[in-house]
Amino acid sequence: MISKAFYWLLPHPMLTLLLALVWTLLQNDVSAGMVVFGLILGIIIPWSTSAWWPDTPKGFRMGKMISYSIMVLWDILVANIEVAWIVLTVSNEKLKPAWIVVPLELRQPEAITVLAGTITLTPGTVSADLSDEGHSLLVHVLHTDDPDAVRDEINIRYQRRLKEIFS
Amino acid sequence: MTIEVIGAIATAICLLVGAGFTLVGTIGLVKFNDSMTRLHAPTKVGTVGVGALLLASMLYSLTYNYGSAHEILIMAFLFVTAPISANFIAKVNIHRRSCETPPEPPKDDTWGTLNVPDADKAVSNPVNATQS
Repeated sequence: MISKAFYWLLPHPMLTLLLALVWTLLQNDVSAGMVVFGLILGIIIPWSTSAWWPDTPKGFRMGKMISYSIMVLWDILVANIEVAWIVLTVSNEKLKPAWIVVPLELRQPEAITVLAGTITLTPGTVSADLSDEGHSLLVHVLHTDDPDAVRDEINIRYQRRLKEIFS
Repeated sequence: MTIEVIGAIATAICLLVGAGFTLVGTIGLVKFNDSMTRLHAPTKVGTVGVGALLLASMLYSLTYNYGSAHEILIMAFLFVTAPISANFIAKVNIHRRSCETPPEPPKDDTWGTLNVPDADKAVSNPVNATQS
C-alpha cells in the first residue's frame, strides 16, 4: 500500500533526484530554497508526464553503474590520446578503417543506448547503426590491424558489465 | 606559492591541454579523406578538448571568485548528446552510400538505415535515382 502510493507520487525516484540536482546546479548556488524548489520540480515533472513514459527498467544497479562510469571516463581519457596520436602520425594511405559487427546480448533499449554511447565516446570507434531487429550493432573503427580483437574487447569490457548492471 | 598562483598555473595547463586536443581534432577533420574517418577526430577529441577547457573555467572561478558548477552540467549534456550527433552523421553516410558498404548483420536481414520499404527504394538510394 505504502509502496504503491510512493510510486504513484514518484513514478521515477531517480529522475526526481536528477532533476533536483540539475536545477540546483543551474542556479549555481546551493541554498535551501533552491533545493526545495528543485525537489518540487522533480516531483511535478515526472508525475505529470508519467503517462507517456515507457516502463521503468527493473533491476538497475546504481553502484555498478557508478563504477562503470568512472571506468568509461578513464577509457575516454586514454583513448583520446591514442586517437590524437593516430591523427598526428598515421598517414592517410596507411590508415586502416574497418566496419565491425558487435553481436548484442543486451535486450533492453536503455542498455543498448548506453552501450552505443560508450562505444562512440571511447575514441577510435563510432557506433553507426543497429540491425533491423536489434541483434547486432554496427561499429566503425578508425584504425585497427585486428577488427576481431576490437569486437572482443567491446564485448568483454563493456557489454558484459552492462549486462550485470541491467540484469 | 599562494593559492592564486597555483590556481593560475593549473588553469593555464588545462587551457593548453584543451586547446591542444581541439587543434588535433580539427587537424584530423581536415586531414582524413573519407567522411566516416573524418567523423572520428572531432567527435572524440572534442570531448577531452572541451572537457579540459571547462575544467580550466571551473578552476579559474574557484580561485578568483565564488565557485561555479555550470561546467559540470555542460559536460554532462555534451557527453549525452555527442554520441547521438555522431550516430546521425554515420547514418546519413550509410544512407547516401558515401562510405564502404557495411557487412551484413549475422542474425537479421539488414541494417536499420538500409531497411526501407520496396515502394521507397528508388527515392532512398540517390545514386540509382540519378542514374535511372
